[in-house]
Amino acid sequence: MFRAKTIVFSSSTMASKLLLTRLRTLTRPSNPFKNPNFEAQTLIQIRQYSDPIDPAAPPTPAIANFNRASKSSLNETELEKFSAIAETWWDAEGPFKPLHVMNPTRLAFIRSTLCRHFGKDQNCARPFEGLKFVDVGCGGGIISEPLARMGASVMGIDAVEKNIKIAQLHADLDPITSSIDYRCTTAEKLVEEQRQFDAVIALEVIEHVANPSEFCKSLSELTSSSGATIISTINRSMRAYATTIIMAEYVLNWLPRGTHEWSSFLTPEELVLILQRASISVSPFE
Amino acid sequence: MNRITTRRVAFNIHVLKFAQRTLCSGAGAKLPGSDGDQSLTGKHEFPNNVPIYDVAIVGGGMVGMALACSLASMPLTKQLSIAIIDSNPALLSGDRINKEDPPDPRVSTVTPATIALFKGVGAWQYIEEHRHAYFDKMQVWDYTGLGYTRYNARDINKEVLGCVVENKVLHRSLLSCVQNSALQKTIHPVRLSSMILRPSSSSHHGDLAKLELSDGSSLYAKLVVGADGSKSRVRELAGIDATGWKYPQSAVICTVEHMEQNQCAWQRFLPNGPIALLPIGNKFSNIVWTMKPHESSDRKSMTEVDFVKEVNHALDSGYGPHPQSQLFGGGDVFSWLPANMTKSAYENFEIPPKVVKLASERMAFPLSLMHANHYASKRVVLIGDAAHTVHPLAGQGVNMGFGDAFSLSKVVAESIAVGSDIGEVSLLRRYESERKPANLTLMAILDGFQKAYSVDFGPLNVLRAAALHGAQYISPLKRNIIEYASGEQRFPLFS
Repeated sequence: MFRAKTIVFSSSTMASKLLLTRLRTLTRPSNPFKNPNFEAQTLIQIRQYSDPIDPAAPPTPAIANFNRASKSSLNETELEKFSAIAETWWDAEGPFKPLHVMNPTRLAFIRSTLCRHFGKDQNCARPFEGLKFVDVGCGGGIISEPLARMGASVMGIDAVEKNIKIAQLHADLDPITSSIDYRCTTAEKLVEEQRQFDAVIALEVIEHVANPSEFCKSLSELTSSSGATIISTINRSMRAYATTIIMAEYVLNWLPRGTHEWSSFLTPEELVLILQRASISVSPFE
Repeated sequence: MNRITTRRVAFNIHVLKFAQRTLCSGAGAKLPGSDGDQSLTGKHEFPNNVPIYDVAIVGGGMVGMALACSLASMPLTKQLSIAIIDSNPALLSGDRINKEDPPDPRVSTVTPATIALFKGVGAWQYIEEHRHAYFDKMQVWDYTGLGYTRYNARDINKEVLGCVVENKVLHRSLLSCVQNSALQKTIHPVRLSSMILRPSSSSHHGDLAKLELSDGSSLYAKLVVGADGSKSRVRELAGIDATGWKYPQSAVICTVEHMEQNQCAWQRFLPNGPIALLPIGNKFSNIVWTMKPHESSDRKSMTEVDFVKEVNHALDSGYGPHPQSQLFGGGDVFSWLPANMTKSAYENFEIPPKVVKLASERMAFPLSLMHANHYASKRVVLIGDAAHTVHPLAGQGVNMGFGDAFSLSKVVAESIAVGSDIGEVSLLRRYESERKPANLTLMAILDGFQKAYSVDFGPLNVLRAAALHGAQYISPLKRNIIEYASGEQRFPLFS
């Protein structure tokens, strides 16, 4: 029984997008929406930085209010690194520059597909008036704010407290975006609160989740029956290996080595399968 | 999370109240009665009564109004609130242009590309109600008499090469177009005193640009557009440097009258600068005569009769012989080229119509080249003469400005489509990267012409004449030139 439509956005064709994924994850913990039963080996899969996470050390989430679904692999040093980078989220010339460069393209895609899905007029300045969106893993809010300007009521969630703070500060600069509801929480928690949204947007998140199918189930439960889910991730292809791992980590040193694990990428076919198993119907994307 | 907001929309002229100082803290955004999840439309007002606009256009001249008109015509941007800051009383007076008046000497030649842009936003219909003159022929020659070029719109299968319109007609038409649209605009008949661009912690308006006006009032804007001319205050306040140099020339402009209708544009390069004769309509023509500064003050002050004599001398009999038509037997030199000759290659040299009378006052302006190093910085963007000025020898200056205005409005529409803050530098840089190369190329070409024609040196004169011949007889080159000058092509030769 398919409940909701999903639009899958494979970023295999855009090298810069791969990098932006990595940069985005630098501020987020490796596993914001983890399966409660994660195994130790998944810790190795989701290393964020070159200092290897000692599997023996207990994960110390400095973030309060995590329930069983949110054990993360955060430790203090990583959090500090996230915090250090968190201020540069909105610096268009800073470490998140590829993200900012790519943002208009992603937003144009999201706008056109969601307008088509909800039957809204593309030429309207605020087509999503009256719709409720959730941006899962919002980081500094670079997707949440434009969506709010397009008229949607947006909730942005992220597991890193600092990100939420930065996002809230930036959003308060503009009266339109100050209405975004930022929360330091997880998708699973929202499911427990039985929240529902017209559109659930999880960009560059799923490749960091230990159990993608559980994550997709959570996303599916958050989406209302006539709503849409948008997921973007990196394709597990040779090209992605060459660009995000070899070029970005080893040749150009844009990212610390070991940031990505190629085996944790998903191909479009796999993602479609996972989504279908989570009762989300997938429409072919152009 | 519903916050009830009050929206005030002002349509016509009003002078703002003095800004009231308040002691409210940074909770302004969350007070009831303020703008919570207010839409992008409407002028916001905060408790201390300083209005917030989406776009503040500083300079309500032709290019500034073209921007307003273009924003009004697009569905994504027509709900923006716009402030126009210009102390020119013509913006408020609502006077109709008297059609019996002789043509104003300040005119512009509008290229077909610009005409198309105007038609796209629905402004050209207003221009057609007033005096305007299409022309489809042009002749360019110089004082050496070694060559000439004739251009015809039929060479590129078009009807016109351009249209000559008085600046006041252009301005009034754009103003009418804006006033007849649903755009929320407020005209502030004052000058800009200063601008604060960096966010201050005490301001709860975040990092909006704050403009302080000469009457003591102020306003906030998400995007400040500098359309205030070559001595742009916005450019100065934004700290954007400019490069350029003064030309050792001034231009004298005036309106003259002939015995019969003139339908061709004429330009003759003289030793001290070109003289151009442009048809305006009803037997009138406009003269743009570039000369040395001391000559310009002489010619401005001499009697009308003497001036008319000098003009005829410059156009026709003085400085050198007429070029001979069909030099070298009608372009046989180029007969090896494929036979697709333009019609104008066969036209003979014509003598421009004699000027009978001076019909307006003479005005003189110094000429210079200027180009801003950047067109955009945070929350500020420059268009028109504020960004670049050129020599008038090819009639391109204001066309570049209109190109800027329409390009900027497209970029603003794209920004809104992706939900971005319209003052975001990265998106404004898209405007810059679209306009800057085209503008720089054209400016380089015009400057090249100006320098090439400012030297009177035998071999160089022959080279120039050879170039003129080439332009006259090599048809693909001529078509390229016409298409480039008409604005149909972005870059010369490589399209």
